[in-house]
Amino acid sequence: MDTVATENGLGKTWGGGNEPMGASYGKLMMWFFIVSDALTFSGFLAAYGFSRFKFIETWPLAEEVFTHFPFMHGVSAPMYYVAFMTFILIFSSVTMVLAVDAGHQLKKDKVAIYLFLTIIGGLIFVGSQAWEWKNFIKGEYGAIETKGGSLLQFVDKDGHRVAIADFAATFPEEREQLTRSKGRWFMEEATLPTYSVAEVQAGFKSHSDLLIRTETITAQKKKTILSRKDSELRLTQASLVVEGANLTRNEYGSKLFADFFFFITGFHGFHVFSGVIINIIIFFNVLLGTYEKRKSYEMIEKVGLYWHFVDLVWVFVFTVFYLV
Amino acid sequence: MSHEHVSNTKRIWTVFGILSVITIVEVFFGILKPEVLHFTNFLGMNLLNWLFIILTLVKAYYIVWAFMHMEGEKSTLRNSVVLPVIFLVLYLLFILLTEANYVFEVFKDSTIKWNF
Repeated sequence: MDTVATENGLGKTWGGGNEPMGASYGKLMMWFFIVSDALTFSGFLAAYGFSRFKFIETWPLAEEVFTHFPFMHGVSAPMYYVAFMTFILIFSSVTMVLAVDAGHQLKKDKVAIYLFLTIIGGLIFVGSQAWEWKNFIKGEYGAIETKGGSLLQFVDKDGHRVAIADFAATFPEEREQLTRSKGRWFMEEATLPTYSVAEVQAGFKSHSDLLIRTETITAQKKKTILSRKDSELRLTQASLVVEGANLTRNEYGSKLFADFFFFITGFHGFHVFSGVIINIIIFFNVLLGTYEKRKSYEMIEKVGLYWHFVDLVWVFVFTVFYLV
Repeated sequence: MSHEHVSNTKRIWTVFGILSVITIVEVFFGILKPEVLHFTNFLGMNLLNWLFIILTLVKAYYIVWAFMHMEGEKSTLRNSVVLPVIFLVLYLLFILLTEANYVFEVFKDSTIKWNF
């Protein structure tokens, strides 16, 4: 009796067609992929936390970095744009879950419409992120890096940021960019900034109301503004003009800040992009009636899991980069 | 299985409402930064950051439970997905942030000047 039961049990367990934990093979594997991907993102965000805690006194303040909003030039509008991006992603999550819901009722047209809306939402999000990157890379004010590697920004006497372009002097001498075609050997250099260090120093000297702001955060949770005398002293140590951001240095402050921003939002943006591609494939499958023939829209559920996960990650990226 | 085929559009829109309200509250506090919250520390972190983190976790809960339909899964699946992630993330954060704080103090108290 016992043996028979075991044999039957074995046949049942290993014969295929089982659903451990009550989830189909595909869904279970999607869940485990999500677990591993969630841990990957946690690793990135924890590494960001590590660097931030390490440089806690000099880390850039998010509300001073992400201040752009489309068609509003020169207006400091922190948060609004990312809030918009967050809404787009949440809304595309809603249309996705509505597609899954319609799939349960085998309503092909409804699934197609909701999936289409999800794709549009994803594309808007990726586009918005590209715009955010563009602003971040281009920069707004410019800054000076000292010989010691710390960053100096410029403010007027009310503490408002001043762009280098607004005060720097213009010297007649032209410094020619070294490119491969002009080099004697395989030599080239990074893109030259618009103004040289000497031009910024001369401009600073002639504008007596300008002050320098350092990276250090005060007890009031603002950046330190030096006196005019200290500012002049500090500027003598200038070594580089920094405009915008790249992987080596950025005008916002800590060098690691831009690296993490590019890496984490880039990795997330890549997930969104992949999600859009997968959604498009599934969308065409829906139109072709693949799932109609199967009498099951489970594929929408699996893709939906991935899509919601991408939204979930954004919720954390949003908090870590823009809020905390 | 049959209960899953019931349309729950109403629940979806409710959750959307909750997520939207939470996001609006987050943005609101992120812009205003009320001093009472921003300058009051609790367990080494200011109340504003606590608020943001708690609201984020609430959002995460609704996304996973309602949108990813975790509430409808078996408890074995629920536990084997959620618990390892929570444990490992807390562990990782504890280790990395403690270490980072230590490195910060080493830099701060050392005789070597690094930020000049």
